Amino acid sequence: MESINIIIRGIFIDNMIFTYFLGMCSFLAVSKKVSTAFGLGMAVIFVLTITVPINWLIQENILKEGALAWMGSAYETIDLTFMQYIVFIAVIAAMVQLVEMVIEKASPALYGSLGIFLPLIAVNCAILGSALFMVQRDYTLVEATAYGFGSGSGFFFAIIALAAIREKLKYSNVPDGLKGLGLTMLITGLMGLAFKSFIGIVI
Amino acid sequence: MSTETLEKDQAVVAVKEPSEALLSKRRKKVVSDPLVDDNPITIQVLGICSALAVTIKMEPTLTMAIAVVFVIVFSNVIVSLIRNFIPNRIRIIVQLAIIAFLVTFVSEVLKAYYYDMFKVLGAYVGLIITNCIVMGRLEAYAMANKPYDSILDGLGSGFGYAWIILVVAFFRELLGSGSLFDFKIFEAIGWSSFPTNGLMVDSIGAFMILGILIWIQRHKTGYVESH
Repeated sequence: MESINIIIRGIFIDNMIFTYFLGMCSFLAVSKKVSTAFGLGMAVIFVLTITVPINWLIQENILKEGALAWMGSAYETIDLTFMQYIVFIAVIAAMVQLVEMVIEKASPALYGSLGIFLPLIAVNCAILGSALFMVQRDYTLVEATAYGFGSGSGFFFAIIALAAIREKLKYSNVPDGLKGLGLTMLITGLMGLAFKSFIGIVI
Repeated sequence: MSTETLEKDQAVVAVKEPSEALLSKRRKKVVSDPLVDDNPITIQVLGICSALAVTIKMEPTLTMAIAVVFVIVFSNVIVSLIRNFIPNRIRIIVQLAIIAFLVTFVSEVLKAYYYDMFKVLGAYVGLIITNCIVMGRLEAYAMANKPYDSILDGLGSGFGYAWIILVVAFFRELLGSGSLFDFKIFEAIGWSSFPTNGLMVDSIGAFMILGILIWIQRHKTGYVESH
């Protein structure tokens, strides 16, 4: 039940885009067409659901203060938290590479639609951000997986909604300076305002 | 074949020419371009995440700006120094490792000397790693240019980023909390009933202010994004 709650929170309340501004670069750059936005969104869900639990395992069993106790009492006091950033980003980059190769072998059709977005994802703030938030919030493994899936889905819905709006905007007459990024920022603000109405949902 | 070697010779000669002035016209342009005409945030649309997340107050914004300038400049120098030894296929991971090392350094320094600020910035210090400006400069500039030029480019991009987020933070703190650097400015001038705007403290205010700022800035530089 707690996991479902975390997923709902990740999508509607703690939305990666509207609340934490994570993954904005790709959110703005790849939201011109719904079909490409769909591909990127799926890739983000996929990678987040895999990397957050893996980073959780690494954090709990290696990096955390005293986490190395399983290696013997001499290691009990070791605190590797300062290695967090390097290890997390390495895991993410490696996982993205691995996922890319597996998809390429297993499902060329899926690779065709996700392929070009996967390398982009290694430097998507949403992936690293979720890993760091997961550490701050002391989740269990199941909750961490749910959190990865939920925040990925939040990104997915946000980017699809924005892409749909931007496709319509193509036909409207916009002041020159506001074209593109400027208007997209304002729309994102309004969408964030709409998402505010979900605050307080608990299942 | 012969023309090719000729061109190569010319290129070598061009490199060996008496060294360029420390601040030649071209180098000044490397620094000044990203400040206005080619600004990383408003024109290139990079590094938006942290630009919005930390700008609720001026003080964390200033800290973030300094941290990002530091990381950009040093990662630019390091990558530029070893650019000829980085295999092309794994360059992203090499760049990420260098950036992650520098960010770890920044966060440890913050933790040691400025712990309150470290807690305010929280995960966003770590997110400098995935700040697209840093990666973008490494890919676009440091991989192909000499160390000194890369320093200048890093400074230019870093300050281009810094002034935008400082302006955003100025308006958000002024309108959202009625203060600047935590100094209650409206109470000081005797207007204690100043209505603070909750929207500005919220994420929405950040989107709105940045959107308007982009509009003004693009209107001035005449940059138009094609659809």
